Amino acid sequence: MTMQISRLDELYGREGISPGHTACQGCGALIAVRQILMAADPPYIVVSPTGCLQVTTSQYPLTAWRVPWVHVAFENAAAVASGIEAALRVLERKGRGRRHKVIVIAGDGGTFDIGLQALSGAFERGHSLLYVCYDNEAYMNTGIQRSAATPVGAKTTTTPLGKHERKKDIVSIMASHGSPYCATASPHLWKDLTNKVRKALEYQGPTFLHVIAPCPRGWYYDPKLTVKLAKLAVETRVFPIYELENGRYRINYFISRPRPVEEYIATQARLSYLLRPENQHLLEEFKRSVDENWTRLLELARAFPAP
Amino acid sequence: MSSLKQLKLLTGNEAVAFAVKQSDVDFISAYPITPQTIIVERLSEYVESGELDAAFVPVESEHSALSACIGASLSGARVFTSTSSQGLALMHEVLYIASGLRCPIVMSVVNRAVSAPLNIHGDHSDMMGSRDCGWVQLFCENPQEAYHYTIQAFRLAENPSVLLPVAVNLDGFTVSHSSEPVEVLPDGLVRDYLPRTDRLKLDYDHPMTFGAFALPTHYYEFKVEQVTALEEAGRVIGEVGRSYPDPSGSVRKMTVDGETDGLVLVGMGGTMGTVRHVIHSLKMRDTGLVSLRLFNPFPGAELIELLSNADMVVVMDRALSPGMPSPPLASNIKSILYDEGVRVPVVSVVYGLGGREPTVGLIRQLLGKAYGELEGGHVRTRRLYLGHGGGA
Repeated sequence: MTMQISRLDELYGREGISPGHTACQGCGALIAVRQILMAADPPYIVVSPTGCLQVTTSQYPLTAWRVPWVHVAFENAAAVASGIEAALRVLERKGRGRRHKVIVIAGDGGTFDIGLQALSGAFERGHSLLYVCYDNEAYMNTGIQRSAATPVGAKTTTTPLGKHERKKDIVSIMASHGSPYCATASPHLWKDLTNKVRKALEYQGPTFLHVIAPCPRGWYYDPKLTVKLAKLAVETRVFPIYELENGRYRINYFISRPRPVEEYIATQARLSYLLRPENQHLLEEFKRSVDENWTRLLELARAFPAP
Repeated sequence: MSSLKQLKLLTGNEAVAFAVKQSDVDFISAYPITPQTIIVERLSEYVESGELDAAFVPVESEHSALSACIGASLSGARVFTSTSSQGLALMHEVLYIASGLRCPIVMSVVNRAVSAPLNIHGDHSDMMGSRDCGWVQLFCENPQEAYHYTIQAFRLAENPSVLLPVAVNLDGFTVSHSSEPVEVLPDGLVRDYLPRTDRLKLDYDHPMTFGAFALPTHYYEFKVEQVTALEEAGRVIGEVGRSYPDPSGSVRKMTVDGETDGLVLVGMGGTMGTVRHVIHSLKMRDTGLVSLRLFNPFPGAELIELLSNADMVVVMDRALSPGMPSPPLASNIKSILYDEGVRVPVVSVVYGLGGREPTVGLIRQLLGKAYGELEGGHVRTRRLYLGHGGGA
């Protein structure tokens, strides 16, 4: 059993990514990535699809990666990871290599949309890998276009009047592949996040971690508010923190008295227009989606509780 | 040597699978598509039975197949995959990345027409559609060559001054599904021929970044380096063939039959066997046949030497380049002739699309027409769709 992380200094000196990358100030994704890599026990290899994380860390001839890292294309990170995992297993057996843990760190576009087929394939085949989706809820790298992870109501450059559809429930999709461990996490809950990474990496088979990653550019808010927004997302029940071990639910942060959704919405311009009186019906739809998701999660947790 | 060889009745696809097994690959990932399927079926059997110690990863698409192969190759594994037609087209994006990341992957392409209309039969449209993806591209005439070339493809790909993926092409059905007695080497000789070489790889103790992005300041240099490596493959292939334990199976850039100072036919793939047969049976010794085995890098220098004294060159393409002046092979031939200032009439012949059979009769017709024009002193035909309109 891997050691539980209980103090911040236990992560000291375990940086997998260097300062000097070109991510925006206040980038939620890079905060999450830093925590993920500090938690992971070596040896490991990181795979990233095309996206913000990739372009901000790998501009030739520089690299921000202190650990082995590979980018191949946008829709195939899980397939690339499958290849690494399966090959190293054989190479170790043949005495010509060593098994590494394989961690995919992908954005929501590369996960919810274009990468879903490769991701589904990798999970169905049961490769031992941890797939982390840092979810900034749109295609930020190409200029804030909507994805299947964009919440209903949010304005993006391709939903100029707000998105009509709800966000895809990616954790349920991945859990229904029979994954032994799927969880959500937020960078403001660093202890929860890092321990979930450790837990996920202990499992044989494919595991999934869905991390909320606020984006100052794409959500239109002051960069200093990133961690606060992640916290608000959790405390308003917009982004519940839970885990599924072998299909059994555990809500890690039970929000018994949620803060008003308006607090979360008001700080970010992609959503704050919902607070205008003429948009009351859109605000109601946003709130309904939050309520229904939370209720459904409670029902599932009641029906399939963790032992 | 010859006494060590064993004779097996194998189809082209089975010959490829057997060669891959003997090449001791570590990793195979593929997605089924006709007419490639037998290759991956055999390989999955070899892996399941323990005859081949490799990972067999049956992915959910060709795109993922080649993506998984890249991951495996960058982990240090010897990697094989195989596809056809739509599968190669689906891989298209990843083909460029495999060569750009300098992954010595070997892939058999069992050539098949590209939809629409949907057609599972042989032609070279699939590989020609990805001509510029930076891979070495070999073409086989028969199952025996498919066996030999697959083994040699690993040696070529893994050469430290090449480090590029190699596509071994065999015509769908006519080569992939035809059985013939195939001479195979003992396992030990193949293993000795394919020693493991070290290359840069994903390793926690020596962390490296693979797949960085390059701005206009560096991208161009990477791409020209790739061209240099591809051209280097054209030089290294000589050593690859010479050191192969069975000289009769050594990979060559091309074979030349007959005289090359009159009518010369140039083509590649299984149909060249039919053309050779027709020329022999008609005892047309003064007719030349150049059957290319190496298409990319294009062996221009050698071809110029052969074609400089020809009276007429007939180039046989099993693919189209719609709207372009010539299909790929004819276009290349004209290009090298122009560069050398050689003014020889070139007739571009398109044949065998979607499995339309290039019969002995059609080849005879072609030769008759070519000689008719040549002897008449005036080559009028510039393009010919051989066998078109004669299918039903």
